[in-house]
Amino acid sequence: MGFRIEAGLADEILRELKKSYQIYAPKRFPGQGRFAETDLIRYDEVSALSEIVFDEKSDYPAKEVITPIQQAIFYFTEEEYRASRGKSKPILLFARPCDINAQRVQAKIYAGNGGYEDLYYTRMRERVKFVLMECPGGDDTCFCASMGTNRTDDYGMAVRPDGAGGLLAEVRDEELLPYFSQAPAADFTPAFVTENETAVTPPEIPDKETLLKLKAHPVWQEFNGRCISCGACTLACSTCTCFTTRDVVYGDNPEVGERRRVSASCQVEGFSDMAGGHSFRPTAGDRMRYKILHKFHDYKARFGDMHMCVGCGRCTSRCPAYISVTATVAKVNAAVAEIRGALGQ
Amino acid sequence: MTNPVQPVPCKILSVVQESETEWTFRVETDVRPQCGQFMQLSIPMVGEAPISVSAQGDGWVEFTIRSVGKVTNVIFQKEPGDLLFLRGPYGKGWPLEQFRDKHMVVITGGTGLAPVRSMLRRFAAEPGLVRSVTLVAGFKDEGGIVFRQELEAWRTPFRTIYTLDKGEKEGWRTGLVTEFVKEIPFTTFDRNYAAVVVGPPPMMKFTGLELLKQGVPDDRIWMSFERKMSCAVGKCGHCRIDETYVCLEGPVFPYTQARYLVD
Repeated sequence: MGFRIEAGLADEILRELKKSYQIYAPKRFPGQGRFAETDLIRYDEVSALSEIVFDEKSDYPAKEVITPIQQAIFYFTEEEYRASRGKSKPILLFARPCDINAQRVQAKIYAGNGGYEDLYYTRMRERVKFVLMECPGGDDTCFCASMGTNRTDDYGMAVRPDGAGGLLAEVRDEELLPYFSQAPAADFTPAFVTENETAVTPPEIPDKETLLKLKAHPVWQEFNGRCISCGACTLACSTCTCFTTRDVVYGDNPEVGERRRVSASCQVEGFSDMAGGHSFRPTAGDRMRYKILHKFHDYKARFGDMHMCVGCGRCTSRCPAYISVTATVAKVNAAVAEIRGALGQ
Repeated sequence: MTNPVQPVPCKILSVVQESETEWTFRVETDVRPQCGQFMQLSIPMVGEAPISVSAQGDGWVEFTIRSVGKVTNVIFQKEPGDLLFLRGPYGKGWPLEQFRDKHMVVITGGTGLAPVRSMLRRFAAEPGLVRSVTLVAGFKDEGGIVFRQELEAWRTPFRTIYTLDKGEKEGWRTGLVTEFVKEIPFTTFDRNYAAVVVGPPPMMKFTGLELLKQGVPDDRIWMSFERKMSCAVGKCGHCRIDETYVCLEGPVFPYTQARYLVD
């Protein structure tokens, strides 16, 4: 059902919803951007419609709500392990189609890979209903249309700002409908972006021999002089799932502590170092190759349905060395063409 | 919902020093891993690490651990009666059904002997299982030798070549294991054999190449990989190589697959 919701009513509805839901949306943090006098937009709990940033893409993805940068997975007392219990209040998560589609990727890894279902992911994901934010078109780093992640029907409700402080909404979820009884009906279904300023064509890697040659291709070496291995791209990525576990002892009592799951980046040196000292992928170029091929080849080779990258462009926006993922994929395509030409394919 | 990363407390039954830096812990548990599988060992406040099962029996499994990391260093202070926390077993072990009735060649470098030890113990205990066993085991130096008593006992049922990279020892050769691959009598195996290689990554790479050079077809070679893992259940991403997760599809791989697994 579609509704037109005036600004005042929208906030009343939000107040009512907050009694039963935690509401997360992209929010502006003035002056906290990475350059002087710039803002940061990231996910946080909101209480008023005016707090939600609709017209700009958030710097950090919606995944932060579902797979937080760090979380306690076990609590220890002496020699006992107790799994953290987590919360039960359902969550309304405002997100654009790229961020919603990113959860299809995270779910494949966390809830399906190897037949193991991750307790911490699933219990959080089950709390979440998406509120689709109609995307006004993204920015010059976006390429969702290329990745097929510009559309979604995984939402309980969809919204578009009406330009006067209110909203147009489509409410599909039966549990949400009663909150809108005061709002007049209106025709509204969300529109989706159909093309972006930027387009990306994922590389066609037909076989393992081509893949081996691509891994050894000099195209990756350029990044040895560009990439500073800071991991900003993977932190900003809508789909990156990797983590490390870290045990923490509380204050002055060595008998009590917790095991934390902390986001990890394959771009940071030491990601795969083993206790005995052996390391893998020692150069920035090796690590860039590992990330790019995961996003545009390896994930799809494993799970089949889509590429891991959803084209949100946040890695390009956040890179302090101005490495563009779009330009990188174009270079990889040129390398693949060169290899396939030499192989006579 | 069950938690696949929940560790279970298990009592340490015995602790045996194997070498200058390696110790074997026998731990009480009912799990029956396949030969070549691994488990996650953890200690509260310290951390968790994947360790291969080096032997198993009724009500116990053994882990042979080197004192090299944060977790393993604390394990070394443990004594019989103390608790270790386990979860698993994980991954795919050695394809014993495929090895049945074959001549087996096992080539190991250092503690790479641990992931094949439970299989070798089975070969020794069940003489009809495979046609013959040729074991080439190399260690850096005398101080690095593990499973000394078993190595000596295996000289009878198995054809053995034991070697030290450096130093002399009676009954032992000197040199890298790769140098002794040409002494393995592949021509007498009537094309009915399998070769297993486990050790540090460079050792496995060069031994694999040497086996190919000796005419061993790539589909008769098997390897076991060791990688960093935080979860062992395909979530944390540390052990992934291309579309393969070492924790799920490995740690044992046929060489036909392993040769493409470039990190």
